[in-house]
Amino acid sequence: MTNVQPIAGARLAQKDRSQERQKRMIAEHFSRLGRAPASGERCVYTFVPGNLTELVRSFGLLPVLPEINALQSAMRGKTKEYIAVAEKAGHSEDVCTYVKADYGMLKSGNVGPTGEKLPAPDLLLLSYTGCFTFLKWFEILRQEYRAPVVMLHVPYQADGRITESMRTYVVAQLRDKVIPALESVSGRRYDEGRLREMLARSAKAEDDLVAVLQSARRRPSPIDSYFGAVYYLGPIFSAFRGTEDACLYYQELRQEIEERVRLGLGPVTPDGQLAAERFRLVVEGPPNWTHFHEFWRMFADEGAVAVASTYSKVGGVYDTGFRHDPDHPLETLADYCMGCYTNLSLPSRVDLICRYVEEYDADGVLIHSIKSCNSFSAGQLAMLREIENRTGRPGGFIESDLVDPRYFSAANLKNRLESYFQMLGQKRARATA
Amino acid sequence: MTPDLSALLERCERLYRDVALAPVREWKARTGGLAVGYLPIWAPRELLHAQGVLPVGLMGGGEDVEIIRGDAYYQSYICHLPRSTVELGLGGQLDALDGVLFPAICDVVRNLSGVWQMRFPGKLARYLDVPQNFDPEIGGAFFRRELEALAADLEARGALPYRPEALRTSLAAYNANRRRVQAVYGLREREPWRVPTWELYLVLRAGLVLPVEEFDALLDDYRSAVEADAERRPMDQARVLVVGSFCEQPPLGLIKTLERSGCYIVDDDFVQVHRFLRSDVPLDGDPLDNLVRAFLDDAIESPTRFCGDDRKTTAMVERARSCRAEGVIFCAPSFCDPALLDQPMAVSAIESIGMPWTAFRYSENTGQFQVIREQAGTFADSIKLWSAP
Repeated sequence: MTNVQPIAGARLAQKDRSQERQKRMIAEHFSRLGRAPASGERCVYTFVPGNLTELVRSFGLLPVLPEINALQSAMRGKTKEYIAVAEKAGHSEDVCTYVKADYGMLKSGNVGPTGEKLPAPDLLLLSYTGCFTFLKWFEILRQEYRAPVVMLHVPYQADGRITESMRTYVVAQLRDKVIPALESVSGRRYDEGRLREMLARSAKAEDDLVAVLQSARRRPSPIDSYFGAVYYLGPIFSAFRGTEDACLYYQELRQEIEERVRLGLGPVTPDGQLAAERFRLVVEGPPNWTHFHEFWRMFADEGAVAVASTYSKVGGVYDTGFRHDPDHPLETLADYCMGCYTNLSLPSRVDLICRYVEEYDADGVLIHSIKSCNSFSAGQLAMLREIENRTGRPGGFIESDLVDPRYFSAANLKNRLESYFQMLGQKRARATA
Repeated sequence: MTPDLSALLERCERLYRDVALAPVREWKARTGGLAVGYLPIWAPRELLHAQGVLPVGLMGGGEDVEIIRGDAYYQSYICHLPRSTVELGLGGQLDALDGVLFPAICDVVRNLSGVWQMRFPGKLARYLDVPQNFDPEIGGAFFRRELEALAADLEARGALPYRPEALRTSLAAYNANRRRVQAVYGLREREPWRVPTWELYLVLRAGLVLPVEEFDALLDDYRSAVEADAERRPMDQARVLVVGSFCEQPPLGLIKTLERSGCYIVDDDFVQVHRFLRSDVPLDGDPLDNLVRAFLDDAIESPTRFCGDDRKTTAMVERARSCRAEGVIFCAPSFCDPALLDQPMAVSAIESIGMPWTAFRYSENTGQFQVIREQAGTFADSIKLWSAP
């Protein structure tokens, strides 16, 4: 059964102008990283949630995001080998596969997604936001690279709010620890004016991103907010927030999506245009990267579209109103970090998902639980129970992993998804009978 | 008169197996005070004590609790402690508690705080965000504010208001208790045949549910009893350091298995709250600041605390040497991120001094020990055969 209309000559959709731009941006970035040892440019390794891209770039430093490298390695089919290297070196099969993929990549020559060797870090900026494993990950990398590490401890929003005490704590760390470390590694003084300019550009791009994500409120949704959103989020979640390139990218993307809305088109899938939207889902949890397109097809073939997702909020929750504020540069960075999705309490995550169900008029909530990601996964069954009670929409639960192909069982996932979609269909048929 | 050791150990084992917290219920009935539980590894028990609250250490359901509802809350790839804790909560065994503190040690315990908020809305469910920045002016100031907020939460639920004088008294009480625990650990390190670890473990577990003053008496009695026991004689066992078991605890049978397989456990991570701070918290000056500074500066090098230099590996080596271990057993719960992510770094530290090591995983309800017995036995034999000078 297929719900997709192939686009002639297309593999993973037609290349829009925005896609071409993103491809150029990424290629140029990795090329600069590859040349860094010769050019003298310096780089800072950091994480997606709580990334301080504007601050890092305001010092002329280049960000490197090990999570992105791990997922890119998975999409290129390299992580099986990398994880084996890590496990052979004593890393447990029980722990985060991003860490093991990154470690294995390092031990295998540190070749990045574009085939160029990544430079060693000049600084490890440990933005400890929403994930305990980050802390251990950079302890491991510090031991390998013998690079300096600066910690930014981002308090957890356990009570569903940011207190003045939490903000004061993060700002103090930025001012007294992170900025001096960036000054030291870059040889430049902190330039608040430059940072403000970048934050203003971030806010502009964030406006456009939110417009893109909220376009999924329409029927049919012009985008897929889980699989498709991965491509849209690339620039803002990685090395480009606050840059002119990111502004142009999101401006173009928004125009393209608005055009799809005008034409009444559904989302583009790995095999072409989705012909008919049958199910609208809110999806919780990260995707699987080793079988990304195969996984996506299991949804597209059934006409299932993710109209909202939580994974698209790990690098920042913008659709509830937060924008980087150039008038309060350090405070806004603090609020950004504390507001990332995995830094929210379980009740806040439940609230957000229930809100999505209503605002996006979803048929159900699907949780993709990740074997090696406790930050996302621990407590998801309790969340699902709560969400079903509050929304009355059926929940589904499937499991695999981020980058370890051993935990992607295609037949099992397909069976479970088909049963879930059948159940949604029957529920709808009963409602309309 | 020498205390009756077997009666003492029977009492400890009863307390250890009593997941319904009978002594806590009795204490509450007697005093009318609040009782607040805390998950591993460390909680500011001194502050609770100063506000008239009984701190109650929670370490999961252990080996005796059958998990029925808890498994509906946690996938198979998440450690065992949260599912058994939820099982106890839903089963009413933790009803005596007026609240639970969830220290920031990992994502599972962090998210358990959210599950608790959703399932037990009337109870205090407080995430204790301990600082990973150890600068007193930054992380210290934040932590002080966290503790002040905790004190206010407790007062709002009927605890005594925070008073510096009361905290000073409580700091002194826990200082004295820590010294007693350290003394028993010291005795075991010198003469491990006198202090079998399974016994010490039961005493430490009993201390989690007793008022600190009663725990003091228990420690004193235990020490007197084992020192007076002339039957206890050295055997030809290998001295081992056991690391990684700081949160979800191994079943008692596993500890006994290690000892029966030829190991003297001369240092360990079990029930670490009693030893998390290494020395006395000073009593002069502002007592809350002193407690904060003790956490920042005087805590052990735990896998749950960020370390941006070589201190942790140095501490691992020093620890192994100072307890005169002949080998290290990495004994961590399955799916325990802090322990397992730390392990390769700890292993390299141990290998750097040429010390033998072995590793295995467990869960709190592991019931089969034969494989572990063979592994630990072979390890102990190899130390005796090949590592002797």
